[in-house]
Amino acid sequence: MLTQKKLMSAIAVLCLTLVSNSSTALTLDEQKGLAISVEAKKRDLGWQDSTSDMQMLLRNKQGQESIREVKMKTLEVVNDGDKSLTIFNKPRDVKGTAFLSFSHPVVSDDQWLFLPALKRVKRISSRNKSGPFMGSEFAFEDLSSFEVEKYTYKYLGEEELNGLTNFKVEQYPVDENSGYTRRIVWLDTKEYRVHKINFYDRKDSLLKTLTFSDYKQYLAKYWRADKQEMVNQQNGKSTVLTWSNYAFKTGLTDNDFNRNSLKRAR
Amino acid sequence: MKLLLKIGLTTKLKQSITMVAVCTSMLFTQPLYAREIAKKTASDLEFEASGKMAVEQRYFLKEGLYSQQLSRSQSSFSIEAELYWQWNEGSDSVIFTPFYRVDSQDEQRTHGDIRELAYVHASDDWELRIGIRKEFWGVTEFQHLVDVINQTDGVEDFDGEDKLGQQMVNLSLVNDWGIVDVLLLPGFRERTYAGENGRLRGPLVVDENNVSYESSAGQQHLDLALRWSHSIGDFDLGAYWFHGTNREAYLSPSLQSSTSDLAQYSLQQHYAQMDQLGVDVQATLGDWLWKFESIYRTTTLEDFVATQAGFEYSFIGVLDSNLDLGLLMEHSWDSRGEVEFGEQGSLMQNDLFIGARLAFNDMQSSELLMGLGSDLDHNAFSFIIEANRRFGDNFIASVDVRLLQSNNENDLLYSLSKDDHAQLSLAWYF
Repeated sequence: MLTQKKLMSAIAVLCLTLVSNSSTALTLDEQKGLAISVEAKKRDLGWQDSTSDMQMLLRNKQGQESIREVKMKTLEVVNDGDKSLTIFNKPRDVKGTAFLSFSHPVVSDDQWLFLPALKRVKRISSRNKSGPFMGSEFAFEDLSSFEVEKYTYKYLGEEELNGLTNFKVEQYPVDENSGYTRRIVWLDTKEYRVHKINFYDRKDSLLKTLTFSDYKQYLAKYWRADKQEMVNQQNGKSTVLTWSNYAFKTGLTDNDFNRNSLKRAR
Repeated sequence: MKLLLKIGLTTKLKQSITMVAVCTSMLFTQPLYAREIAKKTASDLEFEASGKMAVEQRYFLKEGLYSQQLSRSQSSFSIEAELYWQWNEGSDSVIFTPFYRVDSQDEQRTHGDIRELAYVHASDDWELRIGIRKEFWGVTEFQHLVDVINQTDGVEDFDGEDKLGQQMVNLSLVNDWGIVDVLLLPGFRERTYAGENGRLRGPLVVDENNVSYESSAGQQHLDLALRWSHSIGDFDLGAYWFHGTNREAYLSPSLQSSTSDLAQYSLQQHYAQMDQLGVDVQATLGDWLWKFESIYRTTTLEDFVATQAGFEYSFIGVLDSNLDLGLLMEHSWDSRGEVEFGEQGSLMQNDLFIGARLAFNDMQSSELLMGLGSDLDHNAFSFIIEANRRFGDNFIASVDVRLLQSNNENDLLYSLSKDDHAQLSLAWYF
């Protein structure tokens, strides 16, 4: 209840800022686009924390494959972006490397990297949103948590996809360091789950298509897709991301997301 | 009803955690090939093994300056394993990391070390770490001035980044105002130096059997360190006080108990007691990383201040590609100034370093690093290139080239001026 109240007031403030900044009110399509995104976020609040394993299968145009394996721990932070700890397991030469991120909706994220060979914790620049994550077709920004404030919106209409009626919403990144001019997102009208995203590069041509499948519901509320496939439409490379071992409300706290926990992350 | 639901949920949650653990362990046990093996027993104990084996070939471009030195090529093989046990869902763990290198030419470089053998207990806001460990402090790239806990494993590589394991009891306390580390360091490790046949050394060999200590406790002196570190917004800060044995030895020529008729000199190591204050700061402002390290050291022989300061700027996605380019510049300063040959001091008394790091962000994680160091007080240069790339899933190949130049015979770097070399290594991760 509290979080909902806070979210609503945050949205009110956001709307106000948007309105006062642009001096013109949002159009109907913009309002509807925002409302859908707010609802999608609202439905995914309250999971507190989660742990999961992620496998990436990288495939190039010639069909050569390579595997990445990471473990993720995430802490939901009310009124701010989530905290996350990413622990690398494969390829073996990066085993033990860990990445700590405090994401923020508007200001830049705080990020640290632990390098096991030197036992060194390094604060790194979080400007690198558009760069590839571990040589995959996923950019860092594609894997960060969804926050309403990160985009402005426009509702494009309804469309059938995977036998479900979907909202089609266009999103424009607020951050100038984003690698995209826009994204088109398909969310089903029933559960507000994302089924597909088209990414448009800085020249506004279609760069990548991400499809979500094998949705499962956790704690009778939160939907997670076990499989995400990103296909680069320009170079023919693809990455299949498979999630497993999802657990929620495991009891993680702020103390699981600091320099000390980064150093001993497994 | 609500309460019942809650209890039901927690049981379910517990079950799912167990399931996760079981699944994970099954995932690990599947590849029977000597990879990591994880096993979950009734006592909740999990075990993991991994490691790295590497062959390395060095080729020196010129004959050595000193007669006993190896001529052109040096081969070596190294292995480092990591055995890890954890229980209580990771709150308690033991790590064991033995290391061994065999070198074809330099018998001093054939050596082993226990890099880590430690027990760690992690509680909510404190951690206790007991055993042999590695602890790194600092933010800069070209010199690790404030890094003081571990002794340098000097024979390992030219960059001095390899460290010997250090015995310690470390209590780490997490507070809202930062992390406080209390370290008790019983037992001192002597630095490793190249032997008679080794390259990358001065005219006299450092004698590993001729060591003296200022403290009457000698190698058994109990060193202390107290460090505070914190992140405030864009700033990462650290400050510490260290009291104990200086990790850098004062080297002085001494007549070797000559077995032959020829009088032979070698270098005696003297480890003084020191107090050192250190500060490290990094400001992470958009594409800019501003870095600063400084130490004040006082011993019975000298007092001095030294700093290392600079920046790193990154270009993300150069020319609309996936390439990232980082440009680095750092300056070293030491209050002791220029050092006469054979005197104590730092080579980096007024030196400027520039570097470029290219990350290709490809499937093979290809990387290229170039660095140029220049002594601003006299004519001395160093130039390095490091390149590495993954082959297959488990191999990393790297090439390192180091060129060293000095015109001043009194410069320490002069004794290394014939030691330009290329180094090729292939590592297998298991």
